[in-house]
Amino acid sequence: MEIIFALITISLCVAVLFLLAFVWAVRSNQYDDTYTPAVRMLFDDPQEEKPAP
Amino acid sequence: MNTTAAPIRTATGCAHCGDDCPDEPLRLPAQPELAFCCAGCKAVYELLDANNLCQYYALGEERPGQKIKPVELPGRFDYLDADSVQAQLLSFRSAELARLTLHLPQMHCASCIYLLEHLYQLDAGVTEARVNFLRKEISLSYRPADTSLKAVVTLLASLGYEPQISLAELGAQPHHGSRRLYYQLGLAGFCFGNVMLLAFPDYLSFTDELAHAFGRFFGYLSLVLALPVLLYAAQGFYRSAWAGLRQRYINLDFPICLGLTSLFAVSSYEVLTQHGPGYFDSFTGLVFFMLIGQWVQQRSYDALRFDRDFTSYFPVAVTLLTAEGEKSVSVKELRVGQRIRVRNQEVIPADAMLMRGRGQIDYAFVTGESVPVAKVAGEVVYAGGRQVGEAVELEVVREVSQGYLTQLWNNPAFRKADQPTLETYANRVGRYFVAATLLIAAGAILYWYPRDEQMMWRAFTSVLVIACPCALSLATPFALGSALTVFGRHRFFLKNAAVAETLGRATTIVFDKTGTLTDVQRSAVEYRGPVLSAQEQQAVAAVAAQSTHPLSQRLLQELPASVLSVTDFVEVPGQGLRGVVEGMMVKVGSAAFVGAGAVPTAPANAASPAQGSNLGQSIEQSAGEPEINDPAADTTDNLQSRVYVSLAGDLHGCYRFRNVYRRELGPVLADLGRRYRLAVLSGDNDSEQDRLRELFGPEAELRFRQTPQQKLDYVAALKARGETVVMVGDGLNDAGALQQADAGIALTDTLTNFSPACDAILDAGSFGRFGSFLRFTQDCLQVVLATFVLSFIYNGLGLGLAVQGRFTPIVSAILMPISSLSVMVFATLLVRLAARRRRL
Repeated sequence: MEIIFALITISLCVAVLFLLAFVWAVRSNQYDDTYTPAVRMLFDDPQEEKPAP
Repeated sequence: MNTTAAPIRTATGCAHCGDDCPDEPLRLPAQPELAFCCAGCKAVYELLDANNLCQYYALGEERPGQKIKPVELPGRFDYLDADSVQAQLLSFRSAELARLTLHLPQMHCASCIYLLEHLYQLDAGVTEARVNFLRKEISLSYRPADTSLKAVVTLLASLGYEPQISLAELGAQPHHGSRRLYYQLGLAGFCFGNVMLLAFPDYLSFTDELAHAFGRFFGYLSLVLALPVLLYAAQGFYRSAWAGLRQRYINLDFPICLGLTSLFAVSSYEVLTQHGPGYFDSFTGLVFFMLIGQWVQQRSYDALRFDRDFTSYFPVAVTLLTAEGEKSVSVKELRVGQRIRVRNQEVIPADAMLMRGRGQIDYAFVTGESVPVAKVAGEVVYAGGRQVGEAVELEVVREVSQGYLTQLWNNPAFRKADQPTLETYANRVGRYFVAATLLIAAGAILYWYPRDEQMMWRAFTSVLVIACPCALSLATPFALGSALTVFGRHRFFLKNAAVAETLGRATTIVFDKTGTLTDVQRSAVEYRGPVLSAQEQQAVAAVAAQSTHPLSQRLLQELPASVLSVTDFVEVPGQGLRGVVEGMMVKVGSAAFVGAGAVPTAPANAASPAQGSNLGQSIEQSAGEPEINDPAADTTDNLQSRVYVSLAGDLHGCYRFRNVYRRELGPVLADLGRRYRLAVLSGDNDSEQDRLRELFGPEAELRFRQTPQQKLDYVAALKARGETVVMVGDGLNDAGALQQADAGIALTDTLTNFSPACDAILDAGSFGRFGSFLRFTQDCLQVVLATFVLSFIYNGLGLGLAVQGRFTPIVSAILMPISSLSVMVFATLLVRLAARRRRL
């Protein structure tokens, strides 16, 4: 059963990796605005041909 | 006599902003099916059309445009060219690239995001534009070589998104919000999950063997994981409790900290002495759930951020008088001894001595009192006042400092003394909670001491642990957070959750008349006197365009657009406007000002048969209400304001403005009248008494000819009688009364413009739902109380087990998360249900 010690250590390390990933996400502004990106992806790309002004 | 009746809304809405168009709307030659209400809207449409940005009109709301304000003060954005202003506004600056964040309060739908993020198509110098919709901010990058800050801001303003640049913005870096909460939440969640995993063997008896073998390892590991939760994630609760204690005040966070501390201490003791597994899973779980509560609270406040920052009212740039002439400088550069010029309606940026001119200082922003104070040369005027009247010269006696501005903002006049809010209600409950907890804990000691000493300690600590009122602390943010979101959806913005509670307890509702019950922008305008030629109308329009006074603005809508230039323009506050247009002296204003002895009796003609749509312009003072700055102050009668016109010294005629009541007024008042005492305060005479009496019913109190001070006194008197007073006003000339009331609601047509004295802003379009809003606040209060009861039941259940010494880790691990979760769900669902019942 000593393997439990190793397993728990490994699982904790993995969990810490996820925690660090979360911290990275917060630091890179991903939680600053949770609304605009959802809208932004709906915009069409500007059409190529421009009508003569 | 041709009288323009109260306008009937025409079916055609402006293709850009959706407002009603005049009878003969402007149309595009290429697309005659599109109607526009004004030249400004048409210009924006043409600009977007030319740049292939018409997707703007296909996204989000129908007709998302902002009404374009026709008044453009020349050189308004000149200060943005100043190096010092740029240095403070730009967050990054090099020869190739400049970056800054601007606050655009007009942003309101997906179309706005689309247009603003495609700004590079309108100005090639803009390299990137990113919108943060929730904060209504735009982060812009541009190449200084190709464009300038002034050009970008002018472009934004011409599209209807004029950035709000004020002293507070100067030097502001892009917002990072409060990331600390996210870190705390992440950490607490991580530790909670892992500790719970480690505690699992204790929950199930068949893993006893496992627990024996690894109990010690698991215990220590849990302790290690719980430590950062105590030291970092739970910091906020300890800070708040300590801040309360320092003011000799026990708030709700105090019993929470007491519970958390004892929970951690007991668990550490058990683990270190190997008495048991401890309660670390409950501990981390509690912190995690309470942080979720804080996060919900912050999110709902963030979405409805009420920027009441005092510095927002201060100008960014001032006119400095130097030997070389006038110069526009940043307020922060002002030094003692410098001379500045403050014009009509400008805010005084720093404490200064009046050198020249007659000061009429309106301190409404500082004191809530809107009657201007007269000052003569040699007297000191204080920062925050607004000059009403002629331009004055001042000498700065104290430099502007952020600290001083904040101090002004914290002026006691602005604070509502001992207002029993729900927060303090929760805190009050918290105090009794502490007393009850300590009493029960002492009782447990007394009971167990002669019987079983080990049991005594166990019962004592269990009581402290279970009495942690975390469910109680979750009730308010979840219930009122959802409520604020519901209100926000209907364009009713509350300053904070406490306002919702005050509204729920209201007994009396006081209305201001003009601008609140009446709809100034729908006022009918008629012209009496000899017909003005098109040329003469243009001349009048050119003069009126120079003034920001609401009557001038309203008049401008009636007149054809003018391209004529005005020289020697003078605005005499309370009197009128005067200027020379193409060699002709044009006077617009009160009878005395233009030199009219009597109302002309010549045949009348309607100036413009149609009702233009609203300007989207802030109405500083309502037409028809006697005000110091009202050009028609002395000719107010019968809910009318008159503006006389004279051309080249000859009196020509007068424009009469007649106000009409808001359409939804009848049903709203009928609904409110059944449940509340109603009152009307009006600055006008009592000619409308019969009509108001009919609307408000026999019991309502109607008061006429009220000065702002009398309005304030009336509200104060009501409060002294023990009434909970809600004041509904336009937030501009009744700031004092709004401030005095328990809850002051500013009813406004432009959400970006409001008085700092108010507690809530109600969009005029949602006025019809006002009755439902009030009912809903009462529902919300009941939900909060119901949630309190629920959390007390959990606490009582736990206490029952605790005093008997039967409160084990497993009971704790089940009871605590269930109580927190059920309170969150219960509060949210009930508020949603109430909203649906009130059709909100």
